[in-house]
Amino acid sequence: MSELLELAEKVVGWSRSGETVEAYVSRGTETDIHVYQGSVESLSSATSAGAGVRVVAHGRQGFAYVGSLEEEALAEALDEARDNAGFASPEPWVGLPVPDGTSPALLDLWREELAGCPTADKVAAALDLERQVRLDRRITQVETARWADVSGEMALASSLGISATDRSTACYLTVAAVAGEGVDSKEAYGYTVGRAPSELVPARAADDAVARAVRLLGAAKPRSARLAVVFEPRVTAQLLNLISSGLSGERVLKGTSLFADRLGEVVAVPGFTLVDDPTNEAAWGASVFDDEGLACRRNTMVEDGVLKSFLYDSTAARRAGTSSTANAVRAGYKSAPGVGARAVYLVPGTLSADEVLAQVGDGLLVQSMSGVHSGVNPISGDFSVGVEGLLVEGGALGAPVREVTIASSIQRMLQGVVAVGADLDWLPSSAAGLTLAISEMSMSGA
Amino acid sequence: MADPRAPGSVASAARGSNLALMTPRNGPALVDEAVVAGVLSRALATGGDFAEVFAEDRRGTAVSLDDGRIEDLSTGRELGAGIRVISGETTGFAHTADLSERGLLAAAEAASGAARGGGGGVRQVALSRYPVVTPSPVEVLPATVAKADKVELLRRADAAARASGGSVRQVSASYSEGRRQLMVANSEGLLASDDQVRVRFAVSVVASGDTGMQTGTESVGATMGFEMFDRHDVDGMARAAARRALLKLQARPAPSGTLPVVIQRGSGGVLFHEACGHGLEADHIAKAVSVFAGRVGEQVASPLVTLVDDGTMNHEWGALAIDDEGHPTSRNVLIQDGVLTDYMWDWLRARKEGRPAPANGRRQSYQHLPMVRMTNTFVLGGDEDPDEIVRQTPYGVYVAQLGGGQVNTTTGDFVFGMTEAYLIEGGKLTEPIRDANLIGNGPQVLRDIDAVGNDFAMGRPGTCGKQGQGVPVGMGQPTLRVRALTIGGTAH
Repeated sequence: MSELLELAEKVVGWSRSGETVEAYVSRGTETDIHVYQGSVESLSSATSAGAGVRVVAHGRQGFAYVGSLEEEALAEALDEARDNAGFASPEPWVGLPVPDGTSPALLDLWREELAGCPTADKVAAALDLERQVRLDRRITQVETARWADVSGEMALASSLGISATDRSTACYLTVAAVAGEGVDSKEAYGYTVGRAPSELVPARAADDAVARAVRLLGAAKPRSARLAVVFEPRVTAQLLNLISSGLSGERVLKGTSLFADRLGEVVAVPGFTLVDDPTNEAAWGASVFDDEGLACRRNTMVEDGVLKSFLYDSTAARRAGTSSTANAVRAGYKSAPGVGARAVYLVPGTLSADEVLAQVGDGLLVQSMSGVHSGVNPISGDFSVGVEGLLVEGGALGAPVREVTIASSIQRMLQGVVAVGADLDWLPSSAAGLTLAISEMSMSGA
Repeated sequence: MADPRAPGSVASAARGSNLALMTPRNGPALVDEAVVAGVLSRALATGGDFAEVFAEDRRGTAVSLDDGRIEDLSTGRELGAGIRVISGETTGFAHTADLSERGLLAAAEAASGAARGGGGGVRQVALSRYPVVTPSPVEVLPATVAKADKVELLRRADAAARASGGSVRQVSASYSEGRRQLMVANSEGLLASDDQVRVRFAVSVVASGDTGMQTGTESVGATMGFEMFDRHDVDGMARAAARRALLKLQARPAPSGTLPVVIQRGSGGVLFHEACGHGLEADHIAKAVSVFAGRVGEQVASPLVTLVDDGTMNHEWGALAIDDEGHPTSRNVLIQDGVLTDYMWDWLRARKEGRPAPANGRRQSYQHLPMVRMTNTFVLGGDEDPDEIVRQTPYGVYVAQLGGGQVNTTTGDFVFGMTEAYLIEGGKLTEPIRDANLIGNGPQVLRDIDAVGNDFAMGRPGTCGKQGQGVPVGMGQPTLRVRALTIGGTAH
């Protein structure tokens, strides 16, 4: 048994009669290196660990966390969680999950190679990336080039028989490049991700950053118009994250989802199939267990445009009279579990990105969005974001645009999908990207 | 919402009659001074120009009510230290949850190794503690208040919101408190401590009608104890949030295009936070990824604009006695009558420029490196009657509440969301409009401010995110008008 699982089991062993206890214990080792103008700007390396404890007694749940794995600290967290439970509203559906018999997927998310990678190699990789980008004469500045990696382990145990461990590694290289001078400068990012250093493709990060910054040079503010919009894969991933937040069964129960009362209805165009599948090893968010210790599984939320199912953790499932879809997620040991997706993707179509542009003919290609948190309301569905991108003219990329917004509603956008690209790309996100085209949105400019 | 008041009087109050020393709530030091001095020496044993120990004990409680139920009461504690060693252009950093001498020495060696200092030698560090004056004395430590009393606040908010109308479909409310005791020591001999207590309360309401669902929010936060609730009425906040959600059920789609925009006092500080605040942070300036780089002394804004960053504003959300590098906060004028006077600095950038002690080095926690951050950032009041500003606007948009925002400092383009807004027609507010983002370019918007009211107010508590680190910030402004901003709606 792993050391972390032993600790989790120990906390569970302290439970009293009349209560159930769950302990989530995690530890992560991170390296973060920033380089600038050929030198290391900062190098951080540290391990952090902590535990989150849930106590359920008489239908009431309490939670406490501590940033330590010392036994005394864990005992204190358990006491706090127990005390906190006394203030919650009692409900019959509140409770920890019981093992549901689903077998965990066999996923290989851990690479020993990362632990063996010397810090000097990581520094060299970041410096090389910066050098590569600066070699391009159109690039006037590299704000930062960065190496980051993390090795994370977690263990989860409960007095209802849950016992789970999971671990994964990840590393990435990213670079922010500036093209142009003064008020006409443009900045763009490129990155490459993998579970081990050998899986990284630094040239992709460099090429992306350069190409995306350079092509925005000379951008102007166009006049307001209604037009077709094409989202690049990274932008589509952001959009899918917004949509899947509304597919939380917990939100549906509380009446705060725009998809509530729409099960079985057509919510998107035919051919639109949205899946969450953390058992796909290629997904950045791949995971053997959810954050309540149930085996992750594949869930189809929207199939051929029809709303098929919502996502649940054990509490929301019990309240809805269904079973958990193993979609409990936590933001680390500091948070109690809630409902969320890990590996959302849209079933790809058959067109390449260029073919999508050709099909659209005239419109706007969106390279990046800003103000998603302030301009997209996942309850009303209202959608309004700032964008950078290029006009699409006669099926090809045209003039770059700046200081514009695009607006519609999530509901209308789902009904307006006119092309789904074949270019599925697992990004460092809980959703995968691909090129996606929407028939019409409002662009606000001059 | 915050009381209307002039920032000048707030700053002077912090240094005048309201003065209170930290000592009453300054328990035993997080780390023994002699141990800290030894750790700093070890950090520089293999070279390095500068070493720093930042120790922090952070406790928090959060309670949330959702769907009429208290679902979660959560408490937590994180205790540890971050150690920084600077050698030439390189910063090495390590952190540990082990505050014992052994744990700290191990982190010091890791940070020193990361900075790859050459040379080395024995360096003794003599620490001298300076007295810290808090701008935010606490009357009632939140941790001493019964959990049941916090739960009761949420229940009251829920009841008040639900009583606001039959179309109110859902209410969620949250209470959170945090206490952050910190100690900073560095190889220049600085030793300082602070004890920061913050309380925040937020309500969110969903209303449902023929046009679908709409949301309304209200929040208040302060650097003070539980006495915040003697000054702010949670029932009133809940009714304000419900009013917003209900109002928007009748709202028209927002316009699509460029119009004059009047922003109500207190609600629009985020505009300056994004339009120029981030662009005035010295790290962006040093790398020339800001449209404001190299422009000190130039007219960068309308002469009506004076912009200040002030960590000393007592009890404001972004108030601090010392920044997270141990330096006392201060009131810094960034733009005076439209002329750029200064940037915001942290220790690293100030050292390079040979400037005196900075006040804007902040970090999310002991696990993070400090960087240049805002505290309370605001535009001073002007001369105009706010009602007159609306009367003199034939057609435009009036924004009564803003949400968050985001800026690209390299281009200066920024967005911010409006969460309560109206059309202005013939100098009067007419119909409410739905949520949308607004987009503008920082330097252009600063020049386009053509009216500034005499009704300054600070706004709602914000959390500013930069490179993955979130810190509490305050924002404020009087009612003002921007001649032209692009509204990202759908009505053409």
